[in-house]
Amino acid sequence: MKHLLSIADLSDSEILGILDTASELEKLTSGSVKKLPTLRGRTVVNLFFEDSTRTRLSFESAAKRLSADVTNFSAKGSSVSKGESLKDTAQTLEAMGADLIVIRHPASGAAQRLAESGWIKASVINAGDGTHQHPTQALLDAFTIRKHFGPTLTSFSGLRIAIVGDIQHSRVARSNVLLLKKLGADVTLIAPPTLLPSIIDSWGVKSSYDFDENLEDFDVVMMLRVQLERMSDSFFPNGREYSKAYGLDGDRLKRLKSDAIVMHPGPMNRGLEISAASADSIRSVVLDQVSNGVLVRMAALYQLLGGPEFASVQETLGA
Amino acid sequence: MELLLKDGILPNGSTSDIRIEGEIITELGQELSSAGEVINCKGLRILPGFVDLHTHLREPGRENAETVLTGSRAAIRGGFTAISPMANTSPVADSAGVVEQVWRLGREAGLCDVFPIGAVSDGLEGKKLSEMKAMADSAAHVRVFSDDGKCVSDSLLMRRALEYVKSFGGVIAQHAQDPRLTEGAQMNEGIVSSQLGLAGWPAIAEESIIARDILLAHSIGSRLHICHLSTKGSVEIIRWAKSQGMQVTAEVTPHHLLLTDETARTYDPIYKVNPPLRTDEDVKALRAALADGTIDIVSTDHAPHPTEDKDCEWAAAAFGMVGLETALGIVITTMIETGLIDWPRLVEVMSANPAKIGGYITHGMDLKKGSVANIAIVDPSKKWTVDRELLHSKSKNTPFHGWQLTGDVMHTIFNGKVVMRNHNLIGVSHE
Repeated sequence: MKHLLSIADLSDSEILGILDTASELEKLTSGSVKKLPTLRGRTVVNLFFEDSTRTRLSFESAAKRLSADVTNFSAKGSSVSKGESLKDTAQTLEAMGADLIVIRHPASGAAQRLAESGWIKASVINAGDGTHQHPTQALLDAFTIRKHFGPTLTSFSGLRIAIVGDIQHSRVARSNVLLLKKLGADVTLIAPPTLLPSIIDSWGVKSSYDFDENLEDFDVVMMLRVQLERMSDSFFPNGREYSKAYGLDGDRLKRLKSDAIVMHPGPMNRGLEISAASADSIRSVVLDQVSNGVLVRMAALYQLLGGPEFASVQETLGA
Repeated sequence: MELLLKDGILPNGSTSDIRIEGEIITELGQELSSAGEVINCKGLRILPGFVDLHTHLREPGRENAETVLTGSRAAIRGGFTAISPMANTSPVADSAGVVEQVWRLGREAGLCDVFPIGAVSDGLEGKKLSEMKAMADSAAHVRVFSDDGKCVSDSLLMRRALEYVKSFGGVIAQHAQDPRLTEGAQMNEGIVSSQLGLAGWPAIAEESIIARDILLAHSIGSRLHICHLSTKGSVEIIRWAKSQGMQVTAEVTPHHLLLTDETARTYDPIYKVNPPLRTDEDVKALRAALADGTIDIVSTDHAPHPTEDKDCEWAAAAFGMVGLETALGIVITTMIETGLIDWPRLVEVMSANPAKIGGYITHGMDLKKGSVANIAIVDPSKKWTVDRELLHSKSKNTPFHGWQLTGDVMHTIFNGKVVMRNHNLIGVSHE
């Protein structure tokens, strides 16, 4: 694997390989020593053209735990705001020795463009491109689901998963739909018609406008962040109405199966798509998602920076 | 000055020699001889020079992308003897001064006719009418008006424009795109856009404007031309309007006859164009409509952009692709090779009909005694590979780099003068 751009590019075994590597890394770093020497001397650049504290910190922690050197480049206050192009920025960073670039960009396709245009030779990880993909989010979500429902699951067949909210503009939803379908989960997308792509049937998953229908059947309820600016674009009238129809409040929480889990990629709008009671409930695995994110990103960095295959991870690490 | 074209195939399939004296065709016949210049046309098709009703030349204002001279070179390389630069220059061609400047630059280049299109509204802002009468009365003699690149979306302004041009026989060429339905739009709205996360450009944004404008034009008896149709629904609306006897003409670009929105999966903005590339079903409908007469003409929408405007992420890139030099090859490949149209129909859609819509009386003429000699001589079966570095256009943004096309323009004659012979352009040095 040279780049990690979209879940669409990954085979089932590559997905499971990353999840297994993450599990292995979890065991290796669960003791008092959290740092491995694996990527010593390699340079990872976090190239962020969009605000994102948690994803950037997660990649930074992942790289540091593998002993890589990490440089953070944020578009604000940089030459990008003076009109420097993506191409020039990336080439400049590579000239400074970047082996791998983690990119977040508001334009869909920016990561693929960076990887395939011939501008640079470094590996590229897509940390979110516009409304297209956020593959490490889907991988960490799958890792979290697997931890909950069976750490060695190789298939999600039989698991019923709801993804609720702004599907239209969500790279998290697009990535998760692809991954969960590959692993055989039964996926339902729930949103008002304005926030579902009009040709949603072509995605090969179920969809519904009604959150309350079949709520008792879901094993996983994944809530998406609602961007408040959607209101001014008339996607829905206001937060109150949205919350009533599509928010996970206390009443809906009570109706969930006893072993169902509640997920959210963060940052949460408490009181809008998720109530405080739901966010803080025993069902919520939101903080697990955060810690699993570091492990999954360690696994991705490890695989892309030419680490040996998973089978020999332990030997290589001298564990 | 005398010129003799030997043994060429006329649009009707017969073989003939053509004698040209000065600017005029003076004789057709067999075994003609001449002491002057002779071009051997054996196996080649002699066609009326092509007329492009939709070109972007970027001068004045963006001479780094294209000038009237380089655009004229690209035109004659593609067999065009008349081109119509759109008004979205800087400054905008919304006054007699600017259209006369462009027209004069075309005369100075001297390779083909350059008939400027005037803006409908001041500054293309869609707020008040431009001085269309002054442009019509100027040396540039403008008859086609368009805010192309932008839609005249205000119903009242569109109605007034359609009414106003009646006094001098003008036509409004509408770029049909509802601005509110396409805010931030990047590509065709459909399955591919939903997967790529690129903001969708719904077909209805084009179709609703076309439907409105056909009704407006019909109610006041004005001429309406619809630029670059891209959807099956647009075709159906135009077909209905024509069946009702309404006065409307329509165009399609070569790229919409060939490419689909699947190309966007590369995220390479070389495929980013306005209107966007649609689906395979739309491509089929456009081809059928060009064949059955629903669509009247092929126009290139030649849109040159410097490299840096395409060497970036999709959302940041400019819309458009160059097209003058590949137009004929694509039309032959998609329409003639497939048996959808014959050569007389190709002449209609690339020469006679656009000349008629634009009122370009010295173009699109039948190849007969007394006609002005504006001619493209074409090798109909030659297969060639597009190489962007060999384009005469100043810009290289073609999506067809490396594609093999059938049919190539060998010689071009403008007003009786050979402006390209064996791909050699007059005034361009060849190594």
